[in-house]
Order: sequence, then C-alpha cells, then structure tokens
Amino acid sequence: MSDEQPVLEMRGVTKRFPTGTLANDTIDLDVGRGEIHALLGENGAGKSTLMNILYGLVTPDAGEILIDGQPVTIQGPADAIARGIGMVHQHFMLVPVLSVAENVVLGNEIVRAGQLLDLGEAAEQIKLFARKLGFDIDPGTRIDQLSVGQQQRVEILKAIYRNARILVLDEPTAVLTPQETREIFEVFRRLRAEGASVIFISHKLDEVLEIADRITVIRRGKVVGSRKPAATNENELAELMVGRAVNLRVDRGRSHPGDVALEVAGLRAKDDRGHEALRGLDLVVRAGEIVGIAGVAGNGQDEIVESLMGLRRPTAGTVRLAGEELTRATVDHRRDRGMSFVPADRQRFGLVLTYPIDDNLALTRYGDPPFAGGLAGIIRNFRAIAENAVRLMKEFDIRAPGPKALAATLSGGNQQKVIVAREFGQEVRLLVLDQPTRGLDVGSIEFIHKQVIARRDRGAAVLLISAELDEVLELSDRILVVFRGNIVGSFAAEEAQREKIGLLMATGAARA
Amino acid sequence: MNRARTVARQIWQVASIPFLAIVLAFIVAAVVIVVSSLFTSTGFEPLLPLAAYGSLLAGAFGSDNAIYNTLVAAAPLILGGLAVGLGFKAGLFNIGVAGQFLVGAFAAAVVGANLADAPGAIGVVLATAAGALAGAAFGFIPGFLKARTGAHEVVTTIMLNNAAVLLLTWAVNDLVRAPGFSFPRTGPIGNSALPILLGRNLHLGIPLAILTVFAVRWLLDRTTIGFEIRTVGQNPNAARYAGMRPVFITALTMTLSGLLAGVAGAIQMLGVIGFYAPGITASVGFDSIAVALLGRSNPIGILFAAILFGAFRAGAPLMQIETSVPVEVIDIIQALVILFLAADLIVRRVFRIRAPKAEIVELKTVTQSWAGGAASGAPPS
Repeated sequence: MSDEQPVLEMRGVTKRFPTGTLANDTIDLDVGRGEIHALLGENGAGKSTLMNILYGLVTPDAGEILIDGQPVTIQGPADAIARGIGMVHQHFMLVPVLSVAENVVLGNEIVRAGQLLDLGEAAEQIKLFARKLGFDIDPGTRIDQLSVGQQQRVEILKAIYRNARILVLDEPTAVLTPQETREIFEVFRRLRAEGASVIFISHKLDEVLEIADRITVIRRGKVVGSRKPAATNENELAELMVGRAVNLRVDRGRSHPGDVALEVAGLRAKDDRGHEALRGLDLVVRAGEIVGIAGVAGNGQDEIVESLMGLRRPTAGTVRLAGEELTRATVDHRRDRGMSFVPADRQRFGLVLTYPIDDNLALTRYGDPPFAGGLAGIIRNFRAIAENAVRLMKEFDIRAPGPKALAATLSGGNQQKVIVAREFGQEVRLLVLDQPTRGLDVGSIEFIHKQVIARRDRGAAVLLISAELDEVLELSDRILVVFRGNIVGSFAAEEAQREKIGLLMATGAARA
Repeated sequence: MNRARTVARQIWQVASIPFLAIVLAFIVAAVVIVVSSLFTSTGFEPLLPLAAYGSLLAGAFGSDNAIYNTLVAAAPLILGGLAVGLGFKAGLFNIGVAGQFLVGAFAAAVVGANLADAPGAIGVVLATAAGALAGAAFGFIPGFLKARTGAHEVVTTIMLNNAAVLLLTWAVNDLVRAPGFSFPRTGPIGNSALPILLGRNLHLGIPLAILTVFAVRWLLDRTTIGFEIRTVGQNPNAARYAGMRPVFITALTMTLSGLLAGVAGAIQMLGVIGFYAPGITASVGFDSIAVALLGRSNPIGILFAAILFGAFRAGAPLMQIETSVPVEVIDIIQALVILFLAADLIVRRVFRIRAPKAEIVELKTVTQSWAGGAASGAPPS
C-alpha cells in the first residue's frame, strides 16, 4: 500500500450480456501490491463478472487490464494463472471423486509440463501449505467426503499452491465459522506481508471493515465509491451498496413459545464415512420460537438436518413432531405433517437447475393438489403451477424474466429466494433452515430474516442452523451449541455471550 | 407469424446439431464412397455419392411401397429408441434393449403360436401384451438390482443381453420347438399376425409405435411420474429432498423401458418375422441407442430419428443394386452421425454455430456410465 505502481489496474471495463444486462459499466479498479482489497456489492451488482473478466472467464466488451503497469490480454484462466492471478470461486470448481491432492495439482500440469506427476510430493507440499494456513486437511481424502467449508479450504489451497500473487476470493467467508474466518484473515495478512494482493468479494460489512485496506463498492455494474475502513462505517457502506438506507439489525420482537413442536431425543446417526456423527443428541423446538444451532462446521449439523429431513436414517433415538413419531417416516410424510426444509446446498438439493422457476416452486409439492390431479392424481396441473409461480415470485420478490426462466440463470440470491418462497409459501409447523442466507447480499438477507420472523410470529417452530454465528445470535430466541454430535450449551437470546459461545463451539467446554 | 418464428427458432435450437451432424455424416461418407470407388473395377467416380444417395432416397421414399418399407423398418426403432430415451431421462443407460427386444419377441411368438387358430383380435392383443410383459420383466431385473444393490445398469444389462440370447436358444431347442421343421423354431402364428393395413407389409405395429411416441411424451411432460423420472435424472439429490424415491423411480423406469423394448420385439415378431428361431437379429437393440441419442431423448425427435434410420435400412438395397455401393455404407453413415453428435464441437466449428451450447445430457449419462459414474464407497486411503 503506497503510491507506487499498482499491481493490478482495470480501466473502463464494460460488459453487456446478450440478455441486455449491463453487468459492468466502465469500471475502474486498482489494487496495490500487498493490499487487501474488498469488493463490496449486492448479488448481481457485477462483482463476480468483473472478477471473471480478470480471470479470463468472461470477455469484456471494452476496457483494459494492466498488471504491473503493462497492458495484458487474458483470454482464459491459463493466462490468468500464468500472470499470477488465482481465483477461489463461490461455487467450487473441484472434482468430487478425486482426492484433495489431486484436485490441488489439477490443471497445474500446464506449468510443470514435462514432469511426471508426483502426488506424494504434492501431498507433502499441500500439507505444508495447509499447516501454514492453519487448515487441518488430509491430502488423501476424497473431495466428496469433505464438508462445504473444508472444500473451500481446498480451493484456497489450490490458488496458493499455484503461487498466486493476486488472489481473488468470491465470498470466501460465507461458509466459515468466526474462528475459521479469523484464521483466513490471518492468511490474508500473511500474504499481504509477503507482498501478495488479495481481492475479496464480500457482502459482510463488519468483515470488510476489519480486514480490508481499501473497499470498493459496486452497485448495478458501476463503482459507486471507494473507501478506507478508517474513514467509513457500516451504515454508509450498506447505503452505498443498496442505494437506500438499510435496516442492518433485524428487529426480532418478542417470541411467544407455545407447545413443543419438534422433539428430538437421544438421536444417534453416522456420517457418510460411517463414523458416529450424532451421539445421543436432544433438542426441543416450540411453536413460535426460533432455535439456532451454533457450531463449527462438521460437528453433526449436516446429520441433524438430514435426519430431520428423512434423508439419513438415525441409528438410535427419536424424532417427534407435535407428538407424532417421525423417526423413520419418508420425506413425503414429514412434509405432509408440516415440516419444511431450506437445505444448505441450494444447487445440489434445493433446486433442479435445468428446470424453470415454476417447476422449482412446486418441486416439493409436485404430487399434491392443486399441482396434480385428474386420473389417479398423476396429471400435472400446469395452470396451478404457473399461478403459484406468479404469486410467489411477486410475494418473494424473485427477479427473473418470467416463471419459465431456468433456475440456472438466476443469481444466487434469487435462487435462494425460490427455495425460501417454496418452503415458506404454505402453512408449516416446523421450518428447518440450513444456512438460509449463505452467500446472499444484505438486501436478500434482510428480506429472508423478516420472512423467518413473520413465520415464527404466525406460530411456526423454526430450527436455524448456520455457520455464521452472527446470524444465529441475531435471529434466534434460543441458542444451542453443538459440539461433536452433542448439544453442549443452551442460551436464551438475552444472555448469549459471543465469547462464551465461541469457546463452546471450539472446545465443547465453557472453560478452555 | 411472430409466434411461428419463435417456435421455429426453438425447434432449430434443439434440432440444429443433430440435423447438421447428419449432413456432415453424409458429406464424410461421400468421401469414403469416392475413395473406395478407386479400388473397384469402375475406377474413380467423383459423382458416385450423388448417385448412391439418390438411389438411397428413392429406395426409402420413392414410391408407396418404399415408404411402407421405411416405416416398417422404423417401427421397432421408434419403440426401442423410446426405451433408451426414457432411460436417459432418468439418468439410466439401458444397453439391454437388445435382450429385452428378444425376450419380448420370443414371448409374442410363443403366445401367438398358441393362439394361432383363435380369433385374430385375441391373438394379436394377448401376444403383444405377452411381449410387453416379458420385456418389462426383463427390464425390471437390472432396475431392481440397481435400486437394491447399486449394481450398475450398464453392466447388468450387457450381461442380461447374453443371458437372453442363450436362454432363448435353449428354450426354442428344448421347450417350445415346433414339430415339422428342420431347424428349431416356434410354430406359425397364424391369426395372431398383425393385420396388414396398407400395401404388402405396413402392419398395425406402425400406428401403435407412433401412438406410443405420444403416450411417452404425455407421460414425461404431463404426469407426476414423468416429472419424477426427469427429476431423478437431472438431480437425484433434489429428488430425494423433494420426497421422491429415486430407488423406486429407477426400478420403474427400467421396467417401463423394458416394456417398450418388449413391445418393439412383439410387433417385429407379429408383423414381420413370424416365428422365433435362434440367431434372429437383435441389431434393433443397438440401433435404438443411436436413435435415442440422435433424437435427444425427445419422443418426437426419436420418431424422426427412427424414420431416418428406417429409411437407411429400406433404401440401402436399392442403392446397392443401382450403384454397387455396398449397404454397409449405411453403417458408416450411422456411426458418423453418432460420432458427430458426441463431438458436437466439430459440428459447431464446421457450421459456425454460435448458439449457446445446450448440453446433451444423454451423452453425459453414456460417458459417466463407463467411467466413474458409479464410483462410490470406500475412500482411498
């Protein structure tokens, strides 16, 4: 950070998509050597497009890119990598059936042409990098056996392994716990000390203010401001981002807990590798309250959610909804009884990306009236499906050309709104929300949080699982801490203390 | 007018690559024909491909009888193509159409022969139904194995193809061999033969096959079962989350696929062959895969693809008679079509297509079936 030559300059970058959207409108951006530069903006603002241009994935209509003051053309990721640009995408680019080590070296053969692939040495090197970054990763593990959080660490390793001087990260902290976030920030700082530059796309104002040396805010494809953290605050940044004053804190109001809705007792379940992930877990959620589960990723959260959804068979214990035992019930039966689920991985579980919005909005009730009827109840009613879509798209502010637009064409925020609209769009007894706002912008988070509270106030029981402690703290009436498959702490919202919960999350005990 | 243009554009979007793949296949095959003409007595004949393709066209569509021949050849391919295409929709690669076809043909032959003297309506209906059921049962086996144990359908259906051939050879030899013939075969089907509707050979199976196209389309597009099949094929995780049972759908789809293949066998038996004897051809099974790929698993697309392949079969003899270009050239063209479909990048380069790349999901099913698609289980240590 100084007056010297910026390591990266982007000048007048403009990109109009064939659909007519002006994603980038004469954007100027410069990043200094050893600078941590935050790119702040809502989903669809054009941050990712700008970074995809930098990485050679998107060809700009106009504008130029300079590295060390020299104009360069970047025609593909290979060019970008060769120029020391590394990228960690929001949606991971990993091969699920390959190991960590194989994924990290994948594509690197271009640089080390002529050499034999030495996975053993690569594994050693990866271990070394991982240890340096504070990650605990076995290079031999297959990617599909890692949690989302762990997969992202592999992505970061991948970029660093390729000697990136300019590391671009798209929403890197969205999946990390506060501890992990601190660790990755430490990595950023170390990279900065070594003269590397970090560009990170984010929507989390507090993090941006904490770590960035400079913050550039993009709205609707234009740079609307550039600030130093010392000279700004959360409210100003939020207003720049959204274009209006935003209510950053949700007004949770009072909860009015009623009867017990969900009762989980002595639940035991194994993870995909056959290790015991839930060890006699108990929890209760009452009607009209939001119970949040805080915990470091991989402590049994996925197994809780899957056991509740009916996608994982518990080895012991019971799941009851309003007194009725549903431990071994089918997914369908649970839904009929008033359970609703927002899954963590929206593209893997929540949506069929190749289907239009209207089919996705009816996905979990496709066989129920009014969506199906006629002979044996198997004739799909397209009019009902279309009407449902039009209504929900309006009610939940899903921005798309129309109900026939494919889910794959929507931004992450709008994809999540489709799921939320579908799962909230009916009367429910229990809402299970797994990372409901991961990767979303301030505006969408505000919207979804309001919807959750509205559901609670109408008497739904809400179980919230989130890797973001802030979200759990803000939204929950009661907070449970999960550690190695057990609930190790329970707090009423008023008496919840960040530090105490953080300690419980990390060690499972109130005192280290 | 505007609407017609939109529809035309939509059709072009899905049909352009298959269509251009066909065009390209003909062009490349023309080169093969010219080159091979160098080694014949007639010598270098640059215009030979035009003559050959002309005869091919005449043989396939040049007269009423030619058209009937084309449709008769197309009918089992339509049903077989639908069988493979339905599997693709659920993310399954049914290579077992050949076996299911034979089982269906055999069952139809046996039932047909037993009802040879019964009123035609009864014999036709029961024999066709027997073929359908036999095919369905033979499709259910790999479906059940996949659902229960995860055994990959590509492996099991290939093995079942062999099992079908051997089992039926034994059955014809030892169980249902008709007396009075010098070789093992089933008895004459008599009244159970499908009625001829037009010309010498256009039998009832052709309208039945075309009707089935629309039935399958209706099933896939308009019913919840079709929605389940498609969802399981597109995203099995989301299907489970939505309350569907991928395991059940897998078994059901394989059964339905086998049923269609069985009907293909039945109409071929009752409308063309007339009796089952070991060694009857099951090339329909493999051509069906090509038809489904060319038709992009879309029932209407499969209808056209099957008619094209039927035209090849019907027109090839005339081509050989009139121009001495061997019928095997047809196999080259068919193979090239599939090659260019799989390597659609070539087609895009040649014809400079800029349209967004619509993924051919069927090919993904095919390729993943062979490499790593079924990989699961123990982590590498």
